Amino acid sequence: MELNASLSLVRPEIILSFSALALLLLAAWKDQAGRLISILAVAALGAAAAFTASSLGSGANASAFDGLMVNDAFGNFSKLLIYIAAAVSLTIAPRFLEKAGAMRAEYPVLIVLSCVGMGIMVSATDLASLYIGLELQSLSAYVLASFVRSDGRSAEAGLKYFVLGGLASGMLLFGASLVYGFAGSTSFAAIGLAMDKEVGLGLIFGIVFILSGLAFKISAAPFHMWTPDVYEGAPTPVTAFFASAPKVAAIALLMRVVLEAFGSQVLVWQQIIIAVALMSIIIGAVGAIGQQNLKRLMAYSSINNVGFILIGLATGTEQGIAAMLVYLTIYVAMTLGGFVCLMQLKDKDGNYREEFADIAGLSKTRPALAAAFAIFMFSLAGIPPLFGFWGKLVVFNAAVAAGLLPLAVIGISASVIGAFYYLKVVKVMYFDDAADVIAESDDKVLVWTGGILAAANSPLGYFAIPALGVWTAVAAEALF
Amino acid sequence: MNAADIPVLSIMLAIPMVAAALCLFVRAELARPIALGATLANFILGVVLWISYDPAGAQWQFTESAQLFGPIGWKLGIDGISLTLIMLSVFLMPICIGASWNSIQKRVGEYMAAFLLMETLMIGVFAAQDLLLFYIFFEAGLIPMYLIIGIWGGQDRIYASYKFFLYTLLGSVVMLIAMLWMIQFAGTADIPTLLNTDFPVPAQTLLWLAFFASFAVKMPMWPVHTWLPDAHVQAPTAGSVILAGVLLKMGGYGFLRFSLPMFPEASANFIPLVFGLSMVAVVYTSLVALVQQDMKKLIAYSSVAHMAIVTVGLFTFNQQGIEGAIIVMLSHGLVSGALFLCVGVIYDRLRTREISRYGGISVNMPKYALLFMLFTMASVGLPGTSGFVGEFLSLAGAYKVSTWATLIATTGIILGAGYMLYLYRRIAFGPQVNADAAAMQDIDGREMWLLAPIAIVVLWMGVYPETFLAPIRRDVATIVDRIERAAPAGDSKLMAVDPTTARFRVVHEPKKDVAEGSH
Repeated sequence: MELNASLSLVRPEIILSFSALALLLLAAWKDQAGRLISILAVAALGAAAAFTASSLGSGANASAFDGLMVNDAFGNFSKLLIYIAAAVSLTIAPRFLEKAGAMRAEYPVLIVLSCVGMGIMVSATDLASLYIGLELQSLSAYVLASFVRSDGRSAEAGLKYFVLGGLASGMLLFGASLVYGFAGSTSFAAIGLAMDKEVGLGLIFGIVFILSGLAFKISAAPFHMWTPDVYEGAPTPVTAFFASAPKVAAIALLMRVVLEAFGSQVLVWQQIIIAVALMSIIIGAVGAIGQQNLKRLMAYSSINNVGFILIGLATGTEQGIAAMLVYLTIYVAMTLGGFVCLMQLKDKDGNYREEFADIAGLSKTRPALAAAFAIFMFSLAGIPPLFGFWGKLVVFNAAVAAGLLPLAVIGISASVIGAFYYLKVVKVMYFDDAADVIAESDDKVLVWTGGILAAANSPLGYFAIPALGVWTAVAAEALF
Repeated sequence: MNAADIPVLSIMLAIPMVAAALCLFVRAELARPIALGATLANFILGVVLWISYDPAGAQWQFTESAQLFGPIGWKLGIDGISLTLIMLSVFLMPICIGASWNSIQKRVGEYMAAFLLMETLMIGVFAAQDLLLFYIFFEAGLIPMYLIIGIWGGQDRIYASYKFFLYTLLGSVVMLIAMLWMIQFAGTADIPTLLNTDFPVPAQTLLWLAFFASFAVKMPMWPVHTWLPDAHVQAPTAGSVILAGVLLKMGGYGFLRFSLPMFPEASANFIPLVFGLSMVAVVYTSLVALVQQDMKKLIAYSSVAHMAIVTVGLFTFNQQGIEGAIIVMLSHGLVSGALFLCVGVIYDRLRTREISRYGGISVNMPKYALLFMLFTMASVGLPGTSGFVGEFLSLAGAYKVSTWATLIATTGIILGAGYMLYLYRRIAFGPQVNADAAAMQDIDGREMWLLAPIAIVVLWMGVYPETFLAPIRRDVATIVDRIERAAPAGDSKLMAVDPTTARFRVVHEPKKDVAEGSH
């Protein structure tokens, strides 16, 4: 009976696990079914998303498997975001992978498996289940990074990601073992109770190691070094996936660990988060300036954005968490949009281009694509009236409400440095002479996805604010 | 308030917006008339707004309110000050479109769209009644202006566009943090409510500085004015007109709408800073203007000097000073806009802005020389033109606060006469040393239509300023009432007594002279 109740709480994960297995069987049965399996995988993600969406606005909070996992509004909101991002990454991939000769059925299967892992990550309430989810996601990701085996860069990216990811997992595990040793339990609730009384040095060490491991996963400075290399080397649809869904999962996981397990001792981790946030903002902004490769630029942009998201966490308030979720949602739309634009950069021979020099004067030859790209860039820079501004605004609003004025002032001033390189993209596309290497896009899926995402990032996105506000508020409440 | 309950302001925001979207998709030959039609329609609406505005009515008229975007309220409404600045915007816009009719030949649709978007944002800034909505309109203007300078600008357009964008962005982001703090303190983002919220004095100081960072850059005040000459010189003619005509006024509007009434004590404490910077600006930028070889740069520096008179006028804390500052803003919007158009007229013919390439063109371009003369005189502040009214009022107001600041600011008028007349002499008078300049055609009908309306308004404002003072008088009085508690004592010891008996009265020294610290 208890098991049945628990199983019914993890329906999205069960749907996805069975779909992944079934799709794997289908792939073994039928050759060259990459596209079909991609479509079926999107359908499975859609079904899982439908299940999570049905309980989106409710404040229900049910614990499953003796406190290993929880089904709450926070988890559901994060899962929905993850599933949508993963579905978009799947939708935009086939042409790219076919061109690279790597459109195999394992791609959708790995993404679905990774989504199972991410679902577990965001609903884990125990260090053990946290680690299982994280590893399931990470292992899928390592394979995805090196998915185009024939490409040396892709293989290198996969290897780098694997080695450094292994290191991070090790740190995380070490921290978890310290926390377990000093708190006497792996359950978040029990750790929270233990921390209420007294925080010894061992526990602090454990927290620092866990935070370091997670900072690696969300590519926050000073654990960001792998990001530009992996983002550049991985196939672009995979990079789009890395920059969106796993980032949401890892940040959501970080929020839950920090608030449910260590929430009673805000001062212990607040300084760490503030330092990591500011470092990420500044390193992400400064590091991007010299980049010539657009995928590396997007990597630094994601480091930069993680910094802004962490400002919400540094507040340690419900408002801050809700703000982070708003920012994450908008960030997913912005970053996926940026990658969708990148994937449309094909020259006349059908090769994918990703350098600054290739997009010179793009607005003359491909005005719509350039306009969409400019929208994403201005939105990432947080310039009103684009929707990215709203994400920055809510995060800084939470920081101001929590009395973290210096953090807010430094953070927002550093965003001006970031604006510089986003402007550079616009400058190259609009002000420079046309290089005329980019051909007309023949992929209607990309054009439409890009268009929809651009509309979401335009001022039209503001109409989503009321609904987003309600959902994120309910989700944030679940953590407190 | 609004008789027929038609959301006039929203319509004024929507018309250019829709037209901008249209312009993106049509040919150049169609984009121009669409843009002109939309801006003219907005101008007509502006006239309707002006006529139906009741100076004696409620403080905020044509108000609209809808909670469309959650915490960001779609709240619009205008008082007399906003009204005059909106009128300035909608008046200059059709002229800008006309000025770009022939000179812009590449990517016309996008150009027109950027200008129309700019118009929406400018009206939005002056009409917003929600703090966040104001910020969105205020900041969003960076994007179209960045593109206008960067795509259609001159040689160094890229450097200028970056400088413009990053300077103004850096100034504004800190203001956003201050706004968020204010919204949390007051519990609302409603500007009319915030106008009557008393913020604690220590907080006021920080808030004032945050707002100052933004508005001083926008204004621009010395020493953060350096983006302006670059942006002006590189921008296309119409871009300069909008930049000088309206965008700079956003800084002055910001001081008037936010800094003064929301933080009166802090404003009073910072009078020495504002006056000090303004005095430096008047003298320094006037001298810099005197040695410029580039016409646009000269006018750009003169803008900085004129805007310094605006800041002096605004921080006088009295009716005359503030009214004068508003009139200087309006006058400068018209006159510097017209001067940039004048430069544009001859630039279109000779493709150079270098002063020495012209000379004696009053011989072959008499109509042009006449109009140019009028605007030169208005810029100098000759009585009978709009410049005189504003400068006289603001300096008269300033005299009550600080005689020294007034003395130095007044030298700006003399220096202004120096560099403007020198410019005019070198271009219009003297021997016709350059054959190509001597062969230029006089202004045609289109250019006449651009300059003549401005000339009429400049004279109108100079001869009968009451038309423009009437709608702002009550609103300025409201601000003066609000900030009276912090008003500085002043060092001019004015006495409102009968002069014949005055000498028998004992004059008491004011106890503490706040403004004395300014020099």
